Amino acid sequence: MAEPRRIAIVPARNEVGAIASVIDELRAFDPGLDIVVVDDGSTDLTADVAAARGAAVVRLPFNLGIGGAVQTGFKYALEHGYQIAVRLDGDGQHDPRELPKLLGPLAANEADIVVGSRFADGSSTYRPPFARRAGIAWFARLVSLLTRQRVTDTTSGFQAVNRLGIRLFAADYPHDYPEVEATVMVFKHRLRLKEVPVRMREREHGTSHITALRSLYYAVKVTLALLVGVFRRTAVPLEEGEV
Amino acid sequence: MTPLRISIAASIASVLLILVVLELIRSRRLRERYALLWLLTGVVLLVLSAWRDGLNTIAGWVGVTGYPPAVLFAVATLFILVVLLHYSTVISKLSDQNVLLAQRLALLEERLLRKRD
Repeated sequence: MAEPRRIAIVPARNEVGAIASVIDELRAFDPGLDIVVVDDGSTDLTADVAAARGAAVVRLPFNLGIGGAVQTGFKYALEHGYQIAVRLDGDGQHDPRELPKLLGPLAANEADIVVGSRFADGSSTYRPPFARRAGIAWFARLVSLLTRQRVTDTTSGFQAVNRLGIRLFAADYPHDYPEVEATVMVFKHRLRLKEVPVRMREREHGTSHITALRSLYYAVKVTLALLVGVFRRTAVPLEEGEV
Repeated sequence: MTPLRISIAASIASVLLILVVLELIRSRRLRERYALLWLLTGVVLLVLSAWRDGLNTIAGWVGVTGYPPAVLFAVATLFILVVLLHYSTVISKLSDQNVLLAQRLALLEERLLRKRD
């Protein structure tokens, strides 16, 4: 059987300093991996740089926020018939050399979505600032409770999904700070989620767009979305063939 | 009892509201589906303003004994809240559709550019 077609979804906003090396690293790691950069309304040359490196570039006409950008990538993957999609950030914090850990469980059909967790093995050296750490811990608790499965890193954007996951996320993906809600969504749709420990790098360029006050706002908003989402009716995604 | 002048003033205001809404519909600046709530607001306020015994009776039901026109303000406030909430749902829907359109556009544009190259 031929190798499944796979694509890397790279959401990027004003990452002109990092995007080239992200693409080069992905290429170096796996030449068979297609790359789509979703340019989320950048005001710099991110999209041009990515296109010059040979990546497919989807340019959003204005900034949609990370959730809308990532979903665009999943829609692209769905429409172009990819079987496997990995998602990693355009700022270089996700190391492509960690990808085999994410792809392994998909290949073995142990999971439909694999999340790279900074905390799963407990030996992480990653120490985010206090507010962010508190938020991550809070959502790990809440999500574990809602899904009845231990989840350690609900804010990780380093993920790999199979066709079922691509379909789910193309059809429905939460808005800003989407990973937390997406995790619960995955369980509600009865997809299998697995966390694997990965190392992440410090951001190479730019700063995280999430400041202290905004994180509080997001924390409250996402908590509301989670709790209300529990009462939302969901459909189990259909098997392959109806797209 | 509601002072007569308040009833007259409130009736005139309600009629004005209804007329303005109707004119906005006529000149196609307001869609009927969004105008309905406003018209309902105007009609309810007009009825409560003009039908003074009714206002007194309702005031009695809800325990407003001293000043029946307070019920008028309460009802007006309630309707405005409903209209605002309705608008929030409309805005939410519009922004969802906006996201869909932006994604669709970007995906199609990518296809188009690829074809052309």
